[in-house]
Amino acid sequence: MTTLSTSAGNILEQATQKSLTQSLVGHDWFVKLRQQGWKKFNSLPLPKRDDEKWRFSDTRSLNLDHYHLPAIPSDESVSPLIAQSQFISKVSGLIIHIDGHCVLRPSISPELAAQGVKFESLEDGIKHHPSIIKEFLLKHEAILGGSKFLALHQAYLKSGYLLHVPKGVEVNDPFVSVNWTLTEGAAVFPHALIIAEDRAKLSIHEYNLSAKPNQRALAISAADLYAGKGANISRFSVQGWSNETQSFEIANTCGDKDSQISSVNAALGSRRARLENTVRIDGSGADVRLYGISVANGEQEFDQRTLQIHQAGQAKSDLLFKNVLLNKSRTIFSGLIKVAPDAQQTDAYQTNRNLLLSPEAEADSMPGLEIEANDVKCSHGATTGQVNPEELFYLLARGIPLPVAQELLAEGFLEEVLSKVDNEESAAIVREMFRQKFHQS
Amino acid sequence: MSEIEDSQAQREAIEIDRTKGDFKYEENYAFDAGIGLSEKVINYIADVKGEEPWVREFRLKALKTFTDLPMPTHWATEDLKNINFDEIRYYLSKGQKASRTWEEVPDDVKETFERLGIPEAERKFLAGVEAQFDSEAVYSRMKDEMAKLGVIFCGPTEGLRDHPEIFRKWFGKVIPIGDNKFAALNSAVFSGGSFIYVPKGVKVAQPLQAYFRINAENFGQFERTLIIADEGSEVTYMEGCTAPKFETATLHSAVVELVALKGAKIQYITVQNWSANVFNLVTKRGVAEEDAEVRWIDCNIGSRLTMKYPGVVLRGKRARGEVLSIALANDGQHQDTGAKMIHAADETTSNIIAKSISVGAGRSTYRGLVHMPKTLKSCKNNTECDALLINEHSRTDTYPAISVRGQKNSVQHEASVSKVSAEQIFYMMQRGLTEGEAMSLAVNGFVNDLVKEFPMEYSVELKRLIELQMEGSVG
Repeated sequence: MTTLSTSAGNILEQATQKSLTQSLVGHDWFVKLRQQGWKKFNSLPLPKRDDEKWRFSDTRSLNLDHYHLPAIPSDESVSPLIAQSQFISKVSGLIIHIDGHCVLRPSISPELAAQGVKFESLEDGIKHHPSIIKEFLLKHEAILGGSKFLALHQAYLKSGYLLHVPKGVEVNDPFVSVNWTLTEGAAVFPHALIIAEDRAKLSIHEYNLSAKPNQRALAISAADLYAGKGANISRFSVQGWSNETQSFEIANTCGDKDSQISSVNAALGSRRARLENTVRIDGSGADVRLYGISVANGEQEFDQRTLQIHQAGQAKSDLLFKNVLLNKSRTIFSGLIKVAPDAQQTDAYQTNRNLLLSPEAEADSMPGLEIEANDVKCSHGATTGQVNPEELFYLLARGIPLPVAQELLAEGFLEEVLSKVDNEESAAIVREMFRQKFHQS
Repeated sequence: MSEIEDSQAQREAIEIDRTKGDFKYEENYAFDAGIGLSEKVINYIADVKGEEPWVREFRLKALKTFTDLPMPTHWATEDLKNINFDEIRYYLSKGQKASRTWEEVPDDVKETFERLGIPEAERKFLAGVEAQFDSEAVYSRMKDEMAKLGVIFCGPTEGLRDHPEIFRKWFGKVIPIGDNKFAALNSAVFSGGSFIYVPKGVKVAQPLQAYFRINAENFGQFERTLIIADEGSEVTYMEGCTAPKFETATLHSAVVELVALKGAKIQYITVQNWSANVFNLVTKRGVAEEDAEVRWIDCNIGSRLTMKYPGVVLRGKRARGEVLSIALANDGQHQDTGAKMIHAADETTSNIIAKSISVGAGRSTYRGLVHMPKTLKSCKNNTECDALLINEHSRTDTYPAISVRGQKNSVQHEASVSKVSAEQIFYMMQRGLTEGEAMSLAVNGFVNDLVKEFPMEYSVELKRLIELQMEGSVG
């Protein structure tokens, strides 16, 4: 392990990618998986301006040069960050990565372990449960435009976790994963592999943060979520990387019959952050909720691409993405609901609301539908505008200054989504993080 | 009933009456540019029309642009690849001069338009009529009082030749040659269409109408329309299109440019009922100056593939743009329609209402663009698109793109997809309607608020066209 960390080089060099293979001796399939990723990464071009899947994105500033695999962090830097990672008091398990290295291995209660619950670092998971990993890891392409980035993620796959809850086991307290970037120019590739077997229940909260606010970094995350029949998954993901980070997250979720999935994405950090979230509904009776909130400040670009695929009928999906825009920031929402020819009696909704608090901010919205069945209820709505002038007047009339009034109304705007977070402590932390964003310039 | 019979019955039941336009006459053309596209064809067209050198250069430049531009299949349907540009005839006409009186029109052409009810309509409610048969207008007439007020209503050849001071300034400016591949194609081989100028303050009370007819197989119709409404004037223009059913695909690719100067109002109404093998690839855009209004009312019932997104560039303060669109896609049809609203001045407003009906294996698509740049204040857009799916494998897509910056701008977009509910049908049948009547009533109800926006004569015709004679069971 030490060899790999000292030879940390540029991520675009083949030698850097090869250096990774020295760990995980004996897991040739995994080494091969990485090699395939590397090959694919090099065969694909970077997205261009006229690429439909990157419409409105600032593709010119996409740049993967000058990022390296960071070394193992020193003990002095580890302990304060571990101390800062205690967001929720009552958890089922906590895992912490710094610069892509697992610095706190999760320990779960003997009761959960006895029920067969697995919460481990990805590296441990590969060693202990290769069959589960082989079955579920990276089984879906990045169909929303991020193939090149997902391929690079695959080439450098090491950090992340496996969370597996077996049939019928319900875990109420959330699992927590915290990823930190620490070194200037660090590239991290965290992976979340979440499996809830039939009738299992779990909640996972993820925090992606940087130790320094202006540190340059590249984060390419991926998540694979599987909800078995009647399973219940709740995921809260906070993107709070430094303001000089380029971040990409490619999430693929599969929901089987009668599964319930709720995912909340909160975006705060990064210079540019792209989220590609694909949900496949493979069984009837499934109920999927996708929420997103962001406050974009400075020259940040939040690029959100979502796809709700209804393969099976009689299922429901509902999406709500809300963005608050300040200064010269930009948000892009591109969503698509796809209803397959036989997915009758689908209920699918999609809403995007953007609150423009600056004349120089830009909100782009592309809500789409592709419907091939006739007995469906599908709708989408998108609005972009300012705070309600009457509401603003009401606050001003009571002596509240304009910036405070606007902030209050914007907080109210975000609350609709924050109230969906299943843990009040976690919601409160993110609420405070958003509040601070209004005061950054 | 077995499943196959069932769907067959449904299919028959929803077949609308397209027979009115399905007839053709023998082809005998005095002018024929031959088959395929080349500089030779362009020069032939320019020679026949006796065009000035700048028009010829415009055409040749456009031909090059057309050749250089790729097919937009990275976002549009692959069906575009089925157009074989080398097998199309680009210019066919019986004569170079449109008749002023109905008697002078050649008999077969006269009969064509009489069967379509054109002279009758003219007598009843039109201020001017132009009828285009393949490449050229065969009949063009405007009421004398309009001419006295200074209204110009002619074709592009006459417009550019006789009134260059009016038309040259705007020709190819609203939709430049390189706007898209098909606008370039039209710019290269355009022929026919209407050039209209309405002088300051003149309000043309009755609509002007053009009727487009394709008669020859493998023919491409490329009419070009430019309407300029001078300050404070008002005009309504209507176009209808039909073609007989041919064995092979036919291409219609028009360019329509509208210019509404300060305080002017232009309303452009289209009822498109091409036969189901016509590729209908049309670029339509208007410019609205201060306090002006451009309104597109667009109804697409025919064609194999229609790609048409009427747009308004709102260039002056308080300008207003509107697109009202109805599309009906049946088996083998793809109605890819929509709207574009480019806000380019403060306090501009735009409204888009699009309704589509997909029947059988028909596919309807809405594509929209709403753009508000950062320098603007107090602009508003409202977009609503509703889709109705009649049968199990009917398909609908919605792809809007909305980009907003600036101050006090607001945009709202809503779309919904639904089917005719079984309860609705049951309720009506209980009151003695047949299933077909109930279905037809429900579908007409769905588009009713838009149909009302069409002039009376058109809305009656539309209702008839949309009438679904349901006999089988409802999907």
